[in-house]
Amino acid sequence: MQYLLLCCFNEDRWQKIPESERNRIMQEYGEFQQNLAASGRYRAGAKLGSSATATTLREQAGKPVITDGPFAETKEQLGGYHLVDCADLDEAIAIARRIPTLRAGGAVEVRPVEFGHRE
Amino acid sequence: MTDAGGIAATIDAIYRSESRRIFATLIRLLGDFDVAEEALHDAFRAALERWPRDGVPANPRAWLVSAGRFKAIDGIRRRARFRALDDFADEVEGIVDETVRFDGDDIEDDRLRLIFTCCHPALSPDAQVALTLREVCGLTTEAIAQAFLTAAPTLAQRIVRAKGKIRDARIPYEVPGPNELAPRLGSVLRVIYLVFNEGYSASSGPALMRVDLSAEAIRLGRLLVALLPDPEAIGLLALMLLQESRRAARMSADGEIVLLDEQDRSRWNREQIAEGSELVRQAFGSRSFGPYTLQAAIARVHATAVRSDATDWSEIVAIYDLLLRVEPSPVVELNRAVAVAMRDGPVAGLALVDAILARGDLVDYHLMHATRADLCRRLGDATAARTSYARALALARQAPERRFLQRRLAELPDRTVAD
Repeated sequence: MQYLLLCCFNEDRWQKIPESERNRIMQEYGEFQQNLAASGRYRAGAKLGSSATATTLREQAGKPVITDGPFAETKEQLGGYHLVDCADLDEAIAIARRIPTLRAGGAVEVRPVEFGHRE
Repeated sequence: MTDAGGIAATIDAIYRSESRRIFATLIRLLGDFDVAEEALHDAFRAALERWPRDGVPANPRAWLVSAGRFKAIDGIRRRARFRALDDFADEVEGIVDETVRFDGDDIEDDRLRLIFTCCHPALSPDAQVALTLREVCGLTTEAIAQAFLTAAPTLAQRIVRAKGKIRDARIPYEVPGPNELAPRLGSVLRVIYLVFNEGYSASSGPALMRVDLSAEAIRLGRLLVALLPDPEAIGLLALMLLQESRRAARMSADGEIVLLDEQDRSRWNREQIAEGSELVRQAFGSRSFGPYTLQAAIARVHATAVRSDATDWSEIVAIYDLLLRVEPSPVVELNRAVAVAMRDGPVAGLALVDAILARGDLVDYHLMHATRADLCRRLGDATAARTSYARALALARQAPERRFLQRRLAELPDRTVAD
């Protein structure tokens, strides 16, 4: 079963972390991704542009409305994702727990994929 | 010739003592709560049909598990409209043929699996409690709803949603591995203690129809210790028994609170105290001191004091020191302050209490202000006591507690006692 791991963190807070510390976290991230790929559970993933680069579409009275920014103002912003294939939720949680986003004070949402694309 | 009435009674007895274990195994075999529930009832229906004719089987439990599984697979096949479901039926049958485990220790494993699944942290705490009482304890939805003073449909919905989450997010039906066991066990213990406290502090009165949640929690605690003799599980069982031992003395005949130092200790349940004390000893033997074990140790000091003024407050403070290291929290600090006041006098206790408040902690906790009021009262500062009792009253919600605070308030002298 596939799970989407959504990595969220407070962008302002991230900026305030000293550069050396940020580099260390990014290095940890690289190691995490290597291990994930080696585990055979990895299907897809990406780091996203900051929420400032986001554009949101809605419809109002049948007309498309385009606004600057993410779809909701949240305390933490979506920064990246990993799509993994696991036997059950506990396996997905075990992977999520190793994501360095957590140590940087962020959150990881684990969402089961109801149906998705098969390669 | 078999006696139909006797067989029916036998089946009834088996249902009462074994149905939850059989259910736990059926979940493992069938992978779904609702399918397992249906299979359980089908199995007992089959027993009612066949046993009067064929006699009670040598191993009733194994017979019932097998019958339940068979009926479930049969039902899945008959309902199958898509190949997928038929494959599922094949899969289930296949798994079972490889790992036929219907009896013995493995059934105990199944009950442990069930407890851990119902208490999975991915479920909301409310859902964990409701699901555990329903699926592990076998209480009806109505009984649970009544016990928690919730509407039955609300509780039913909560359980439905919890089972939905287990299914849709694929929460596994497994005992956690060694790395995960400690935090997951914490979740289970929290649920059990929550159930216990709901029964412990809830009002008595005309509650004959309401299930005894404290008794249910203790039964759950016993089951857990039997399946998994972890020191903290033992500590929690000890704590519950020691607290429960005071039940008869905690409330006066007219439903008023009787504080620990005023309770009639002859009304304490000596058997529960003995058992709880022994369990504390066992838990301490492991040399790992978790919060429940330490709280139980404190409860034991109280339970074994012949009279209130014979209480070893130094030992209690020492245990609180340990507890603060293991589980630092303002509430624990507050309880420690109370013990310090008993050991060293109200001035020492008041200093600790005011330090907590100065940090901004427990400002809205009614017991904080009740404690402060009591310390001021003992120091003869009626004015300060009055202020704190008033704050406590503004925050207290349970009727017996409010009445107690009002009584204390009324008992204060009009003027501060001067030397």
